[in-house]
Amino acid sequence: MIYKSLVSINDYSKKEYIEILDLAAEFENNPIRETLKGKVIATLFFEPSTRTRLSFESAISKLGGKIVGFTDSSSSSVTKGETLYDTIKTVSNYSDLIVMRHPLEGSARYASEITNIPIINAGDGANQHPTQTMLDMYSIRKTQGTLENLNIFLVGDLKYGRTVHSLLMAMSQFNPTFNFISPDELKIPEGYKYFLDNLGLKYYEHKDFTDIISRADIIYMTRVQKERFSDPIEYERTKNTYVLKNNMLTNTKDSMRILHPLPRVSEIDIDVDQNPKAYYFNQALNGVFVRQAIITSTLGLI
Amino acid sequence: MKDKILEVSAIKDGTVIDHIPADHLFKVITILGLDIVSKKITFGTNLESKKLGKKAIIKLSGVFFKDKDINKISLVAPLAKLNVIRNYEVVDKKIVEIPDDIIGIVKCFNPQCITNNEAITTKFRVISKSEVKLKCHYCEKITDAEHMEIL
Repeated sequence: MIYKSLVSINDYSKKEYIEILDLAAEFENNPIRETLKGKVIATLFFEPSTRTRLSFESAISKLGGKIVGFTDSSSSSVTKGETLYDTIKTVSNYSDLIVMRHPLEGSARYASEITNIPIINAGDGANQHPTQTMLDMYSIRKTQGTLENLNIFLVGDLKYGRTVHSLLMAMSQFNPTFNFISPDELKIPEGYKYFLDNLGLKYYEHKDFTDIISRADIIYMTRVQKERFSDPIEYERTKNTYVLKNNMLTNTKDSMRILHPLPRVSEIDIDVDQNPKAYYFNQALNGVFVRQAIITSTLGLI
Repeated sequence: MKDKILEVSAIKDGTVIDHIPADHLFKVITILGLDIVSKKITFGTNLESKKLGKKAIIKLSGVFFKDKDINKISLVAPLAKLNVIRNYEVVDKKIVEIPDDIIGIVKCFNPQCITNNEAITTKFRVISKSEVKLKCHYCEKITDAEHMEIL
């Protein structure tokens, strides 16, 4: 279908987003297949990311594919000083597709230019993590029935949050309204506001949760990390402001769902887990179907 | 006593690049590969200039540039003017333009970018020309004029 590397969420058009999501829905109905029989997929994790790797490996295994690779660079020849170029060139001989996670930004784009086999970016530093964005979109569409005209709340670290930025870019093609809730130090960067202004999309910035969340269709939570603050006192003062608790959800819409890219630390109180509006663990399951869709379409098998 | 003047003679055929900022002369030389050209070249630098304070000038005998090549110096010498000389006459005047894509020349300002960690030629899309903003093809971060470093 698409048959090209997936390096950045901006590589997909609106039509291609929809195609992948439709295909993921087919895999959800019928996740066990032999589509990848006889295929070898390399999962090269130059830095550890257990959650992402297991999700990919589960997606591949359910389709009958075989996996080669490493789980962090200490167990590969990178520690011997091998360049990324050499690693990619070599592994290309052993596999049909490379899934890679790397701490340096732009590494996946570079890899896609030095090999003839497709690359799927499973995170390149603070830059892109497109399969996460696709699974977020899948979760939004599945719970809301549409991607169009939704009121999306993005909460927490909006300055450094890679998932937030990619989701914002991707969802911007579907006429959303955004509400940003974050401490001053972690506000959404000006560049993204400029991007939304240019598209004529509405957005509002808030410093804390208010009654406004009653309008939310989606609340997308992220972690507020202590090390992001220049002033530790400021962190202590604000950290509890960005914790979602069950009693705050009383007046929210019945159809509203809470998403989180995980791992969660304390920003969603565990009492929320029992609320039917909590969707973050289902969201992680959706990641398997979305990755099945991306892998098979990247290999031109569907 | 007669005044002794060292005269840089006019060139018969070639190119004169004027209005180069004096402190960027050697960058212009490197970008255009003039350090490995075998033709006659004359440089002048720290010359008075109303626009630039101190300017530099390059006279190249028997050398002509394609627009594509000369536009490479636009980031370091945005006000540069070229006079194309044929038979001692100026037959064409050119100004430099910032191209849509920059290959090499500039370093990505992001230390976490793969181009700063492995031997890769940098590549940028120019997203703003008035106030120069370059988007890295690899890490997608934006290098602006203030953070721009010439390789």
